[in-house]
Amino acid sequence: MSLSNDQVGHIARLARIALSDTELEATRAKLDGIFGLIEQMQAVDTTGVEPMSHPQEFPTRLRPDVVTETDRRDAFQKVAPQTEAGLYLVPKVIE
Amino acid sequence: MINASLPELRRALDARQISAVELAGLFLDRIDALNPALNAFITVDREGALAAARAADARIAAGSAGPLTGIPLAHKDVFCTEGVLTTCGSKMLANFVSPYDAHVVSLLEAAGAVSLGKANMDEFAMGSSNESSYFGAVKNPWNLGRIPGGSSGGSAAAVAARLAPIATGTDTGGSVRQPAAYCGITGIKPTYGLVSRYGMIAYASSLDQGGAFGASAEDCALLLGAMTGFDARDSTSLERPTEDYAAALAGPACARPLEGLRIGLPREFFAEGMSDDVRAAVEAAVEQYRVLGATTVEVSLPNAKLAIPAYYVIAPAECSSNLSRFDGVRYGHRAADYGDLADMYAKSRAEGFGAEVKRRILVGTYVLSHGYYDAYYLQAQRLRRLIAQDFQAALQHCDLIAGPTTPTTAWTLGEKADDPVQMYLSDIYTIAVNLAGLPGLSHPVGFGADGLPVGLQLIGDYFAESRLLHAAHRFQHATDWHARRPACAA
Repeated sequence: MSLSNDQVGHIARLARIALSDTELEATRAKLDGIFGLIEQMQAVDTTGVEPMSHPQEFPTRLRPDVVTETDRRDAFQKVAPQTEAGLYLVPKVIE
Repeated sequence: MINASLPELRRALDARQISAVELAGLFLDRIDALNPALNAFITVDREGALAAARAADARIAAGSAGPLTGIPLAHKDVFCTEGVLTTCGSKMLANFVSPYDAHVVSLLEAAGAVSLGKANMDEFAMGSSNESSYFGAVKNPWNLGRIPGGSSGGSAAAVAARLAPIATGTDTGGSVRQPAAYCGITGIKPTYGLVSRYGMIAYASSLDQGGAFGASAEDCALLLGAMTGFDARDSTSLERPTEDYAAALAGPACARPLEGLRIGLPREFFAEGMSDDVRAAVEAAVEQYRVLGATTVEVSLPNAKLAIPAYYVIAPAECSSNLSRFDGVRYGHRAADYGDLADMYAKSRAEGFGAEVKRRILVGTYVLSHGYYDAYYLQAQRLRRLIAQDFQAALQHCDLIAGPTTPTTAWTLGEKADDPVQMYLSDIYTIAVNLAGLPGLSHPVGFGADGLPVGLQLIGDYFAESRLLHAAHRFQHATDWHARRPACAA
């Protein structure tokens, strides 16, 4: 298969990764090679085979619904790019 | 002292022939001298190491030392270390000083091990050559013009060059076993779920598993034993008693200590694809196992060749989801100039991630997108089951499986850096093991035509770590490939 530049641009938007026009073309060529490899899967008939999502196929363990973490907001916000008064700052979303 | 085994270091520390502070200083000085050429470490924590060593000396003096108390080690920079830079080999986390410790880091600290610093790695553990690191490629200690393997290339190079006696790593598609093979050391990836993933920066969560590097199976057994154990903070951590892997190494002291062990040789692993020099070393090692009493039987893994395409759907799918957390809001890189929120995300991620990480995120986004999910993601998961079933069928006829760890020895720096598909194909023998969640070990078995190490991979059934380590230990008792060192550590 071969991806179009429009398709690559669409995936990049979904993935929230900005790509310039030159990067887009270079990325498309590499992705074509990777999908060429992946396409080998389609030759195998897997009718009736149950998908395996995980090596451990038993239900996820549950834990009691109790607070186990202490308040470490200051330590966690120390590594944030921009905070103020205990809040994470981002560009204005709602006018 | 730099080439001493862990038990020898233990005896020297306990007998006060050397203090933990002196031992840490010895390895820190080697890092200062050799790391500029090898680039195996991203961060060297001299101050933290010496403080941990002083605490270890106090424990030794108090008579409460454990097997790893005072033993220096390196942590792959994928493990969060509180107060110490944790980059995951990425510009995205180039300034990230972790506010907490990974479970593995806590366990080893509690055991009294002395962390020397953080080992270089492929960015977000995505790579097979350690060339995708934002902090530059690691060089193979056997030949500075060759790659050390990846993604735990810094850990493997550090142990091979004796910048640290042991090191932690992680293995999602071969990232412990492949660099162990290329650097001529021993590395083990245990059964999925034995080592907690808490604080281990996620790449592909259903495949990621912590592992151990050492010069020998014995050193790996001691390190792995201290890394495993149930952790409620990892929802896939297995609730089962921990095993004493080092104790399991004891075996019959006789000429044929592996009498009764049945080793399966997968037809597909010994077909075309392996270079002649790797084949010669691997076949000689298999013969050595026969001399030690093991029998061999041909087995088949008919879907093994599909492991690479299946992996390059499943791992990118999980990576695209896991790496969505890097958005420039709570931690990590944020672009300097941006417009609205979406623009901030897109520019921060474009600047913070390297080319290979972006490619895998894009592949993962595509295979999970509407209209392609069944054809790619579900098909890959169905193949995953067939691959796992192949191993179970083969293990009906043998106790463990042996074959090459890699098709060739370490390649030249830059050789595959611009060709992701060629890079991916180099993991042909290791990837299937992760898809099934089985344990795998690589140990050195000789050298190729270019003088670079060759590794043999042993694969076991779930929870067969002791069996793998015992077999490799018996092999190493009878041979000396594991004792060979590159010139810089001779």
